[in-house]
Amino acid sequence: MTGQKRHITLTVNGRPVSADVEPRRLLVDLLREDLGLHGTHIGCEHGVCGTCTVLRDGASIRSCITFAVQADGAEISTVEGLAQGATLHPLQEEFWEKQGLQCGYCTPGMLMRACEIIERNPDPTPEQVREEIASNLCRCTGYQFITEAVVDAAKRMRADSDSTTGAQT
Amino acid sequence: MKPPPFHYAAPSSVAEAVELLVAHAAAEPRVLAGGQSLIPLMNFRLAQPGHLIDLRNVAELDGIRVDGGVLVIGAMTRQSVVERSPEVALTAPLLAEAVGLVAHAPIRNSGTIGGSIAHADPAAELPAVALALDAELVATGPEGTRTIPAAEFLLGPFSTALRPDEILTEIRIPRRGGGHAFVEFARTHGNFALVGVAAQVEIEAGRVARAAIALTGVAPTAIRATAAENALLGAAPGAETIAAAADAAVTGLTPAADLHASAATRVALARSYVHRALERAISRAQDRR
Repeated sequence: MTGQKRHITLTVNGRPVSADVEPRRLLVDLLREDLGLHGTHIGCEHGVCGTCTVLRDGASIRSCITFAVQADGAEISTVEGLAQGATLHPLQEEFWEKQGLQCGYCTPGMLMRACEIIERNPDPTPEQVREEIASNLCRCTGYQFITEAVVDAAKRMRADSDSTTGAQT
Repeated sequence: MKPPPFHYAAPSSVAEAVELLVAHAAAEPRVLAGGQSLIPLMNFRLAQPGHLIDLRNVAELDGIRVDGGVLVIGAMTRQSVVERSPEVALTAPLLAEAVGLVAHAPIRNSGTIGGSIAHADPAAELPAVALALDAELVATGPEGTRTIPAAEFLLGPFSTALRPDEILTEIRIPRRGGGHAFVEFARTHGNFALVGVAAQVEIEAGRVARAAIALTGVAPTAIRATAAENALLGAAPGAETIAAAADAAVTGLTPAADLHASAATRVALARSYVHRALERAISRAQDRR
């Protein structure tokens, strides 16, 4: 009865990965158990809390209600892919500076969700961030510092992209 | 929890998927679309299909086009794609407004329009939109393809006219004029609404020429509020007409009470949300946005 293993190939944080997985293997368990990427957390396991959020081809998804076989051929990004060596991603910098976390359990999901929010809207208002981040639950912060961190990270990322393209502002 | 084991196939055509459904009929096969309802049910082991037929590789099921005034959406089109589609915004703005209320953005990045309609949750938005817009649902099975009117599709909670060996392939939505509105009451942003209302109203020469109203959360399936539609037809679309239609919409409703709300609360919500939906739809129909 046990489902026979399936061979899948995907990209995780830019690295090609191939694995033989049971069809019932959840994407979050592929990441954590098979690939050792423990940054992505498991919370509710039914798609409500958002701490397992990763990017699939740039779009934020719940990895706890996605089978690994559904990610065959996809590009997956996790929180481990954000920093460049010792240099934190602007979102990580801002979450750190603004205290956009207390216990930190929701943080990997918040960061990955924020990546898509800023990708779709490089200049979000606090109201827009609050609306969009409502997909992810935080029981510590009250969201205020998370919202500020995302708005300011977006600002920093716009400045970075202007300086790399040489645009005048 | 983790899902129980199952056999898995990811065919690349509808024909192949139907063959697999027939071949594995004894294993209680289920079709896997985006999985945003089915996988949570499997994680809780409330659903234990022996075989999953994943439609992710069936390219013919993905896409949006307008064909002779009819909006045609492939069943595997993701809700986030429907949400951002100019064709949908122009041809079926009611659908565009409703799809943004389905769960949260990361769920809509995986969830599909066909998956939501075939899942037939009585609280879900998209089956109500299909009902209000007189959509046609195209299904393919071993005997071929047939078209099911939305009014005949929803049979009960999580139950549709799809046969076990049929796959929902396409949603066909005729273009409607006038004004639209989708409004709902949910205790928490992104949760299933207690009550939702879809409305599409056409006005000609100062009179309601056509009205369609569908409700969620007050019956075993999404339902049309036929008495309210009849109350609107031919009437001048003023405050009295709207109030009479809202009363008619809830007359005879016997929603089930549950943890979230009593039957009386659901009836009261339905009345006031029909009111809101009609005000907005009529205002849009009169182009007073």
